[in-house]
Amino acid sequence: MARILIDKLRHAYVQNPQKPEDYALKEMSLELADGGAYALLGPSGCGKTTLLNLISGLLHPTEGRILFDDTDVGQLTPEQRNIAQVFQFPVVYDTMTVYDNLAFPLKNRGVPAGEIDSRVREIAGMLDLGPTLNKRAAGLTADGKQKISLGRGLVRSDVNVIMFDEPLTVIDPHLKWVLRSKLKELHHRINRTMIYVTHDQTEALTFADRVVVMNLGEVVQVGTPVELFERPAHTFVGHFIGSPGMNALPCTVENGRPTFLGHAVPIPGEIRLPNDGGRLEIGIRPEFIKFSGLESGPTIAVEVTKVSDAGRFRIVETRAQEHRIRLLVPEGDPVPSGAAQLRFDPKHTHLYRDGWLVG
Amino acid sequence: MNKTVNQKAWFLVLPVFLFVAFNAIIPLMTVVNYSVQETFGNNIFSWSGVQWFQDTLQSDRFHASLGRQLMFTAIILAIEIPLGLAIALAMPRKGPWVSVCLVLMALPLLIPWNVVGSMWNVFALPEIGLMGRGLNALGFDFNYTRQPGDAWFTIVLMDVWHWTSLVVLLCYAGLVAIPNDYYQAAKIDGASAWAVFRFIQLPKLKRVLTIAILLRFMDSFMIYTEVQVLTGGGPGSSTTFLSIDLFKVALGQFDLGPAGAMSIIYFLIILAMSWVFYTLMMRNEAK
Repeated sequence: MARILIDKLRHAYVQNPQKPEDYALKEMSLELADGGAYALLGPSGCGKTTLLNLISGLLHPTEGRILFDDTDVGQLTPEQRNIAQVFQFPVVYDTMTVYDNLAFPLKNRGVPAGEIDSRVREIAGMLDLGPTLNKRAAGLTADGKQKISLGRGLVRSDVNVIMFDEPLTVIDPHLKWVLRSKLKELHHRINRTMIYVTHDQTEALTFADRVVVMNLGEVVQVGTPVELFERPAHTFVGHFIGSPGMNALPCTVENGRPTFLGHAVPIPGEIRLPNDGGRLEIGIRPEFIKFSGLESGPTIAVEVTKVSDAGRFRIVETRAQEHRIRLLVPEGDPVPSGAAQLRFDPKHTHLYRDGWLVG
Repeated sequence: MNKTVNQKAWFLVLPVFLFVAFNAIIPLMTVVNYSVQETFGNNIFSWSGVQWFQDTLQSDRFHASLGRQLMFTAIILAIEIPLGLAIALAMPRKGPWVSVCLVLMALPLLIPWNVVGSMWNVFALPEIGLMGRGLNALGFDFNYTRQPGDAWFTIVLMDVWHWTSLVVLLCYAGLVAIPNDYYQAAKIDGASAWAVFRFIQLPKLKRVLTIAILLRFMDSFMIYTEVQVLTGGGPGSSTTFLSIDLFKVALGQFDLGPAGAMSIIYFLIILAMSWVFYTLMMRNEAK
């Protein structure tokens, strides 16, 4: 059990990194509270597995420190760090039974036989592996094997953190859902820090209390699922989370107000804008745009170009000059054809400069 | 559903059937013919039943050759399989040395068998060979042309030199195919190096090891060229293995009947033992 502190961490796979591009993981500081459920979310190649392997000790950082409570574990082995990790492809010891697979990490650590037996049976019970305990692990299906991998992580009662590296990739869709709820349930039961790496926003948002969004080797935002949805710190988060993603519309700032195609667009807070220019964008999620009815207030003239039905709502694509704006219209609400007026919800409209949130 | 009956399909398999007939069945039947007949010159044959089989199975000479053959195969399997596995484990997995190692390993396999025999023949000669002279200079009384023990030593060494690479290459291919996740998981589970070998590498190598053992068993059981060139079966008959004995019976003495019977027995032994090996090693695979 430990709080994990990542302090000015950087990592490069090449020897003697010189340029910033040499670093697979750019400098980052991060604190993970004890007992939390975290997700590392980002596209392939964003450095999330690198970060995970740095925490688990399979890699040693080029620069910076990793602290478990007050101990610097940067140069320790995975065994010394006392962590558990579940990999993308299920790892089972083929020649052993399910029971021996689960007992293996305990046997290696010299735990007394009686304690091993009770731990193994308890974990097997949690994972519904009880009936297969005496079968050979090689004969199980992919999700059964992944449960064994998971069980080997859970069986040690004293691990500091359990890490999952895209553990559901090879699992059938209907079992994915079952295993995901199982994981969530296990987190509540054993109350241990868990870090879950994935590129699937649904997995991340359903599993984690706090999500760490990564892109191009750096942490873009850390927040609860609601924060990521309502206040994306970067247009990348806006695009990556949500379906469809956030609209990003180029704009200018005139008289201290963001202006899009000549229309002033109100935003909730003050704008903190340095004077040296940069690329400015308005960010607004499709959920927060409406066709304007009779309400007063500023509107934006658009042309409806495409409507696609997504069940409980429709995704409407519109065009304002060369800019595409998408919005969601609930089932049953009318969708105008041709010319229309859009209204942005001022509480959920944000201003971005060079991608980063500034107001 | 009605199955279409079309006998013309047989014509499509005819070429394969003819090929197999001419290159396997007919030659084999010739041997079977010889094995049950007494042969005289001028193409005169007379039926002799299982006489040659009885003679062969009861002959001391056959027992001795078979014993030597079994001994030889057992020795080289006991050396080449563990040694090949150990070398494969010690070989680098990445970096520039991989290709160097692979080329070095492949070299002995590329040399024609009779050349291997000649090489070792010269190499081990006590008067002029590097190994032969070297051993004598070190104080060993080494002469493979006169002393049976030295002849065996040289043949075993030659076979190990020639064929361990095959085991190495097979095992190496198997090792490289093990995903890195297994090693990482083992590290996290706190497994010792021995446990990694015992529970990850060995089980994953089971199939390639089965192939390696089968190939080495069959090849060593049929060894002929290298030994024929190196010792010609001597000194005396101390290195006369089954194939060399068969050659002597068939073409030295021209006893076609006994040679035919011996060939068939030889063939059946290899077939039976390969089957036993394979069944034993794959016993748990089906579960």
